[in-house]
Amino acid sequence: MESIKDKVAIVGMGCRKFGENWEQSSDDMIIEAVYEAYEDAGVGPNDIQAAWVGTIASGAAGVCLAEPLKLPRIPITRVENFCATGHEALRNAAFAVACGMYDVVLACGFEKLKDTGVGGLGVGRGLHPVLEGRRTGPGTFAFIATRYFYTYGLSREEGKRTIAQIAVKNHHNGSLHPKAHFQREVTLEQVMNAPIIAWPLGLFDCCGTTDGAAAAIITRADLAKKFRDDPIYLKGIGLAANQILPHFEPGFDWTGFEMNRSAARQAYEQAGIKDPRKEMSLAIVHDCFTITELIIYEDLGFSPKGRAKEDVDAGTFTLEGELPINTDGGLKSFGHPIGASGIRMTYEVYKQLQGKAGPRQIKDARLGLSHTLGGPPQVACIAVFGNSPG
Amino acid sequence: MAGIKSYGAYIPYHRLSRSEFAKAWGGIGLPGERAVASADEDSLTMAVEAAFDCTKGMDGAKLDGLFFATTTSPYKEKQCSTIIASVLDMDKEIRTGDFTTSLRSGTTALRAALDAVRAGPAKNIVVTAADCRIGFPYSTQEQSYGDGAASLLVGDSDIIAEVEDCYSVSDELTDVWRRDSDQFVREWEDRWVIMHGYSKNVSQAVSTIMKRNNLSAKDLAKAVIYGPDPRSHGGLMRRLGFDPQTQVQDTFFNAVGNTGSASALMMLVAALEEAKPGDRLIFSSYGDGADAFLLRVTEQIEKVRDRRGAKTHLASKAMLPSYGKYLVARNLVELPPAAGLRGMGSATVMWRTKNWVLSCHASKCRKCGLVTYPPQRVCYGCQSKDEFDEVNLSREQGKLFTYSLDNLAATGINPPVIQSVVEFEGGARFYCMMTDADPQAVEVNMPLEMTFRKIHEFANFHNYFWKCRPPREIPAEGGK
Repeated sequence: MESIKDKVAIVGMGCRKFGENWEQSSDDMIIEAVYEAYEDAGVGPNDIQAAWVGTIASGAAGVCLAEPLKLPRIPITRVENFCATGHEALRNAAFAVACGMYDVVLACGFEKLKDTGVGGLGVGRGLHPVLEGRRTGPGTFAFIATRYFYTYGLSREEGKRTIAQIAVKNHHNGSLHPKAHFQREVTLEQVMNAPIIAWPLGLFDCCGTTDGAAAAIITRADLAKKFRDDPIYLKGIGLAANQILPHFEPGFDWTGFEMNRSAARQAYEQAGIKDPRKEMSLAIVHDCFTITELIIYEDLGFSPKGRAKEDVDAGTFTLEGELPINTDGGLKSFGHPIGASGIRMTYEVYKQLQGKAGPRQIKDARLGLSHTLGGPPQVACIAVFGNSPG
Repeated sequence: MAGIKSYGAYIPYHRLSRSEFAKAWGGIGLPGERAVASADEDSLTMAVEAAFDCTKGMDGAKLDGLFFATTTSPYKEKQCSTIIASVLDMDKEIRTGDFTTSLRSGTTALRAALDAVRAGPAKNIVVTAADCRIGFPYSTQEQSYGDGAASLLVGDSDIIAEVEDCYSVSDELTDVWRRDSDQFVREWEDRWVIMHGYSKNVSQAVSTIMKRNNLSAKDLAKAVIYGPDPRSHGGLMRRLGFDPQTQVQDTFFNAVGNTGSASALMMLVAALEEAKPGDRLIFSSYGDGADAFLLRVTEQIEKVRDRRGAKTHLASKAMLPSYGKYLVARNLVELPPAAGLRGMGSATVMWRTKNWVLSCHASKCRKCGLVTYPPQRVCYGCQSKDEFDEVNLSREQGKLFTYSLDNLAATGINPPVIQSVVEFEGGARFYCMMTDADPQAVEVNMPLEMTFRKIHEFANFHNYFWKCRPPREIPAEGGK
């Protein structure tokens, strides 16, 4: 089995401002994200040889990308893999280029969540009438918080305070990004005292419901410098699908996800990473809820199992910390238009590795990853990028 | 000899003090409290509970029939006893029947079951009766009615109470009724109803049985006789010569309310709970006539003492705080629309999956022993294909592995939804909602049992499924 390391590079990216984009359709957002990527890469629609588009529920088939962009009858495929959908578009595009079939391809992700009339992603999931009749995102991730607090002996107060610090950090980072949905700082007290959505998760423990689109232009690594001086190279990409709904999984501990660990192992192995905490410069991870970010620290090998609280308390993952995480505000503050998120996260890694992250710029950024965790949850994807080959 | 082999009952967890009706409407409430079924309960789910209690420790496959009695069937067209039989994990080669529309339907079903067993070849027939009748808002009936269920197992061996004689009288009068379009029960003037309906018919039934068996009141250990209200019941008992202190079975008017077609059966369950071998009981119900039965309790009664019956269910309770919560529990008010509630309804999906939706089956791998719900064709533990047996989780004990108090999920219903992951002793995990629990008392590792409830109405039929709840038990001394 070969590694994807240094076979493909991203040479252009775009991201439409995330938010409640009442005045924009999916098509409008796609056009803005993709034309920013065109401009960034110095290409136009006729340079794109194939495309992958990710959306969970805002469009159908490849034509949802072909139509707004008027791409001229090229192969376009819609992909969907829960919240890893954006990553899935990137992943398929990267493998198609790596096999030599295409030289220049487009990956785009988008979601229009604010046309439903309700906040959140709704209640009730699954393909059976009664099995998951009232399942919600917050309700499920609250299971992790409850069990994590119980397993590691955190009182309700300690547990709430630990995850609240993650919300404070991500809101701070988001306030420094002009494209984030929420550009406002919050205090620890605000987070702790916010109305409960699904105990123990309060309003500020949950990411927003957001519209957005993001895009990437991908080419062969050996062609990358023809497009720009600072391409970003794909070092590894791992994807893991869980074979049973965690809610019914016998023996599941509800304090972390094996699919996260499996996706991380795949990506780290391809990228040749031995100690992710030391080697990674930054990580943009799937903080759909604050508790999710906490367990991701452990699943991705940044904190020892059961000890993420120590790193949170030490400020390890702040912009100024040892390993900055969610430097753009994360899902929490930047927003989570599902199909767009994997590419939006990669957009921040791309800008940081190019040294173009403005007030959020971290020092000596060399290696970064983006991570999504999707579904009930049942799928995880991790992509590692670097700013130089080798 | 056909007779009663076992008994069971069900009284909803929630009660409402009748003073709350007075608070809402003014005036003076009736004494006592009434049982109020939760919003996820109906007569079918309560009948399931009573039947489970009655058949505790028994294999559903050994039961030959199930009769369901109610005046408040969740369906006008569609049999409910087939659903209940599936939940009890009974075989297909059984007889089922719904006995409806009369207050007397519970004892009508009992008599039909006795006749069926006498005629053979059926040996074990479950009779389960439940009602959740609703009186007009601001009426006496709103206070006097209660929700509940009772069940008897009829058979020809291991009899706990022999049925020595039966008598039925049919009488036509429009005393209490609901047309097919009515939600609330209507009644004609009560003086006439009591005089020419209740007292006359029950007197005739009880007197006839006693006379033809050469019995006088003092020969009977207990008179288990339906009563629509304490005054009418007490008057009739005096006229029949029973001692109110020692011989008259309480109607549960003050603790539960009038449970309609289940009422007489629930009284019988309570009488059997206290009965001694050799006791003779006269048992009678009323509704469009009357049924009466003469029973003799046997030594076998000691073998069914572990049923929850009326006693445990009475003691296991929580008070509803207000009339408003009663309106919500009985679906009498429309809550804000269930914004964002998504889902599908499909008769074919429910039919295809009834072994786990209704019968609560999990798969148990023959190779590695892993128990998984819902059943998995390829084992999650060892990937062996189609190598499993189905095991039933419905009566298994579990504990809470993790939970959430979910306000978002409670859109359109009473918040919060207690999202729960139950872990059974055999290792199976079950994700469901918790019902009939105090959200503030929920904690990891608390013991849980399964309960069959109504989930939603997608596709315009009743979608039933399992929830978990803290076990219904008599609270320890000093408990709340």
